[in-house]
Amino acid sequence: MTGLLDAIAYDTWALHALVWLPLVGMLVILAGPGERAKQVAFGWTAALFVLSLGLWWSFDPNGELFQLTSRMEWISLWGVSYALGLDGISLFMVLLTTLTMPVAILGSFEYIRKNEKAFYALMLLLQTGIVGVFTSMDLFLFYVFFELTLVPMYFIVGVWGGERRVYAAIKFFLYTALGSLLMLVGILYLYAQATATGAVPSFHFLDLLGTPLSLTEQLWLFGAFALAFAIKVPIFPFHTWLPDAHVEAPTPGSVVLAAILLKLGTYGFLRFVLPLFPEAAIHPTVVLTMLTLGVIGIVYAAWVAAVQPDAKKLVAYTSVAHMGFVVIGIFALTVNGLQGGLMVMISHGISTGALFLILGMLYERRHTRSIEDFGGLARVAPLLATALVITALASIGLPGTSGFVGEFLALLGTFERYPVMAGLATTGVIFAAYYMLPMVQRILFNKLEDPENRTMKDLSRREIAVLAPLLALMILLGVHPTPVLERMEPGVQAIVEYVDGANRTGPLAAAGLAEGERLGMPHGPISPPGRSGVDRSPPAPRGGEGEAGSTAWAWESDGLAVGWTGTWLTWQGE
Amino acid sequence: MTLDFVSRIDFFWALLPEIVLSCWAMAVLLVGVWEKEEPGVPPGNLRTLAWLSIAGLVVAALVNGWLYRVSGVDPSGMIALDSFRLFSNWIFLLGAALTILVSIPYVARQRLQAGEFYTLVLLATVGMMVMAGTRNLILLFLAIETMSISAYVLTAYNRRDAKSAEAGLKYFILGAFSSGFLLYGIALVWGATGTVNLAEIAQTIEAGAGFTGLLMAGMALLGIGFAFKVGAVPFHMWTPDAYEGAPSPSTAFMAAAVKAASFVAFLRVFLEAFPALYEAWYPIVWWLAALTMLVANLIALSQSNVKRMLAYSSVAHGGYLLVGVTAANELATAGILFYLLIYTVMTIGAFGVLMIVSGHGEERLQVEDYSGFGWAQPVIAVLFTIFLLSLAGFPGTAGFMAKIYLLQGAVESQLWTLAILLALTTVVSYYYYLRVAWYMWMRPAEEGVPTGQIYAPPFVRIALVGSAVIIIYLGVLPGGLLEGALVAAEHFGVSGGNVLTGLAR
Repeated sequence: MTGLLDAIAYDTWALHALVWLPLVGMLVILAGPGERAKQVAFGWTAALFVLSLGLWWSFDPNGELFQLTSRMEWISLWGVSYALGLDGISLFMVLLTTLTMPVAILGSFEYIRKNEKAFYALMLLLQTGIVGVFTSMDLFLFYVFFELTLVPMYFIVGVWGGERRVYAAIKFFLYTALGSLLMLVGILYLYAQATATGAVPSFHFLDLLGTPLSLTEQLWLFGAFALAFAIKVPIFPFHTWLPDAHVEAPTPGSVVLAAILLKLGTYGFLRFVLPLFPEAAIHPTVVLTMLTLGVIGIVYAAWVAAVQPDAKKLVAYTSVAHMGFVVIGIFALTVNGLQGGLMVMISHGISTGALFLILGMLYERRHTRSIEDFGGLARVAPLLATALVITALASIGLPGTSGFVGEFLALLGTFERYPVMAGLATTGVIFAAYYMLPMVQRILFNKLEDPENRTMKDLSRREIAVLAPLLALMILLGVHPTPVLERMEPGVQAIVEYVDGANRTGPLAAAGLAEGERLGMPHGPISPPGRSGVDRSPPAPRGGEGEAGSTAWAWESDGLAVGWTGTWLTWQGE
Repeated sequence: MTLDFVSRIDFFWALLPEIVLSCWAMAVLLVGVWEKEEPGVPPGNLRTLAWLSIAGLVVAALVNGWLYRVSGVDPSGMIALDSFRLFSNWIFLLGAALTILVSIPYVARQRLQAGEFYTLVLLATVGMMVMAGTRNLILLFLAIETMSISAYVLTAYNRRDAKSAEAGLKYFILGAFSSGFLLYGIALVWGATGTVNLAEIAQTIEAGAGFTGLLMAGMALLGIGFAFKVGAVPFHMWTPDAYEGAPSPSTAFMAAAVKAASFVAFLRVFLEAFPALYEAWYPIVWWLAALTMLVANLIALSQSNVKRMLAYSSVAHGGYLLVGVTAANELATAGILFYLLIYTVMTIGAFGVLMIVSGHGEERLQVEDYSGFGWAQPVIAVLFTIFLLSLAGFPGTAGFMAKIYLLQGAVESQLWTLAILLALTTVVSYYYYLRVAWYMWMRPAEEGVPTGQIYAPPFVRIALVGSAVIIIYLGVLPGGLLEGALVAAEHFGVSGGNVLTGLAR
């Protein structure tokens, strides 16, 4: 396989193709006849999925941190580059995207009945944006793609959605835009600071890495970035757009939203927030806040989900709960925690995507999403029932399914450092059973009373084709996650080593240095003259602003925070 | 070619684009008069006149391009021969040409006097070009009046429409006020420094020779005058009414080119004459920028009339541009120039669509009238969506790059509050721009409303498609034009050696 990929020089063009071919597909769909649009869209995205599979072999877990990299000047005046790259984290996000898109499109054949051409064109535009987000190495490029995902989603929800679709669409749009515009100001600030050190202006992630920032600056920038991503994830209390958008979106829209778009947020934390603002990310107050919000998200969303009469809304809230596990995994900042977070991201993508698809299938049959309208479906639709049970169990995190691996690792990683938080979060697993199993019971089992339910059709062949790969992956990742984990590990390890280590060393720092050398800068792009890029000591205090580095654990001028966090630290030490 | 401005002919060469366009405007007027008048048909063959006017603009543009090869400094300061002026001229010429192109069906339907209409557009353009191209306050005033008076007439141009007359009157009275402020300011500055030449004013201030009180008063009055002209809050009161009442082509022209010219003159006067007083005028412009962004965006939220919404959006864009004026460095000036160019294209594009949709005249302007328009006229609606997204400053469109450019200027001058305010008000603006999009695409057409019937001749469609292509192209590959704007902005900053600009070059 590797030989074949080498022969066609796969790693030189694969990422570009994966980003831009969907856009070409969009034009093909727009140029073609409307009634063929769905076939073209499915064929196109399926082909892209096959194409993306090459990444699995092309990516060498023992190789460099970032692979398949490329860098071209885009807007040379500002130092903006068109730079793509892939590490173990983005690899799986790209694969998740390319897998979800054809599945979602195949699952929308019956659901989308009007303006099909426009719908499938927007889906492909969305794919360009998402794959672009996961592969861009340049912050400016990342921002453009990040925002680009908004427009197609806005129209998908607003045009093809349910009754309150316009409200949901505009809420989704404004929430996300609010966060991302503040992040834009943050990006520009970071850029200005990096440039002020005398480096060549650049928005490239690896060039901006290690920009000397005081702790105060880091905290502010962390806030600007974190808000954008927290809304996207969404972390409690920024989650209120999610139930609306998920419920009102058409099935494929919900699938893409839940399976992929939410991951843009957690991916942003992993890729950008942690490495760019390491001192803020390990600041005890920040960590405590994020962990607390994560745990609240897990528990609160589970409780809210448990009382939802609307099945789709229930599943929407489970997303908030699952993403809470990702958040605590990330901010525990252990290898296990990060890997667990990533596994939850993947498995949530698969299982929640499948749940939305199944609910969509039920909706197509009965035109209702209310749980109480169903009952006893297991008798008339055994295949559908099997699929729902497996998916629900994977969503709960039963051992042997993908959900278990992720949640277990995330909790384990958190327990290593913050046992109480991990303990509180673990209750979320129990609550997950508490909201998911009654739903399954009321839909599938109970009495088959409603005459409409008696005549319900079981899964069609197309629907089996939609669900089968997802179900297979749930099981496969549950019993044999090793190949996935070993590919993630270098990327995760590098982040932990860089952010948590005192000297900002490891592969990530080396990659930054290498990028600088590629540009012909002997000391790395950002490091001020006289300071080597590798053993980057904590940034020197700049202009008398906050004392960074050695005093990073104390927040000056805020005695309350210090005392409070002190309690936690000593308490954790026991 | 180098001009030394010793012989009179040098002035002729340096002013050639303006001269060409003035003569052309008179020719258009004459052709308009000579066209045979038929009952029931507006006098003047409309299309001939329109194309003739556009030809004039093209010729002026060619001459403008030729001027890049001409260098020289006019010691009297009457004519500035720098790329700032030439770049600004592109904006005005493009704005005028686009306005004329999209106006043709409107002028025909409303039976406006085409010859005079286009002559006025051309003469206003001449005024703008002189505004950008002079360093003399008296000549600047004359140029502003040339532009403004044409604009007053253009606003009141539809004699059969009471609203248009009302708008013209309002605009005229408040415009006359602002001209009064400007002139008074010029007089006081002259009294304080003894000169009306911008460079000499700067030297006098630099040397500490001016009368401070008088100078400050003069500068403040000039500032108020310009704030009126650019429609900055709280001097914006005339804009919504004038923009809403004026015939749509005039509104497009005013919102785009007239505003651009006012900003260009604002920049030249304050950056060339008063850089030493930056500390004094910066806080005032800061507040103008903040208030304009905030107030205009908030009022625009509640507008249900699309034309009025665009009027407020135009005020809001003035606020973003004022952030650039506050920053007052080369990067910000470059940002303003770039922004004005993009803004001209997208605003006229949006008004072009509005003119297509509005029916016979000024009828269908409510946002409800756009219900179902998207699926009835997908091409025009997609274009409109692109213009709206660009106005909102969305990535992938030129409006985004323009906003980034302005933000970079603000960042360089450490204007964090304004930068954040710009970002936040942009979120607000998303709402009202997207609202039009949601009516177009997400609402079914109302019963009995002929959404499908529009009148858009091929060249109007071409103009709109062309504008959209420019917007997308510059949204993806802005590189060359960004650098061009930076070259044009050379020396236009109060802070000298700035880090970013120096490095970026």
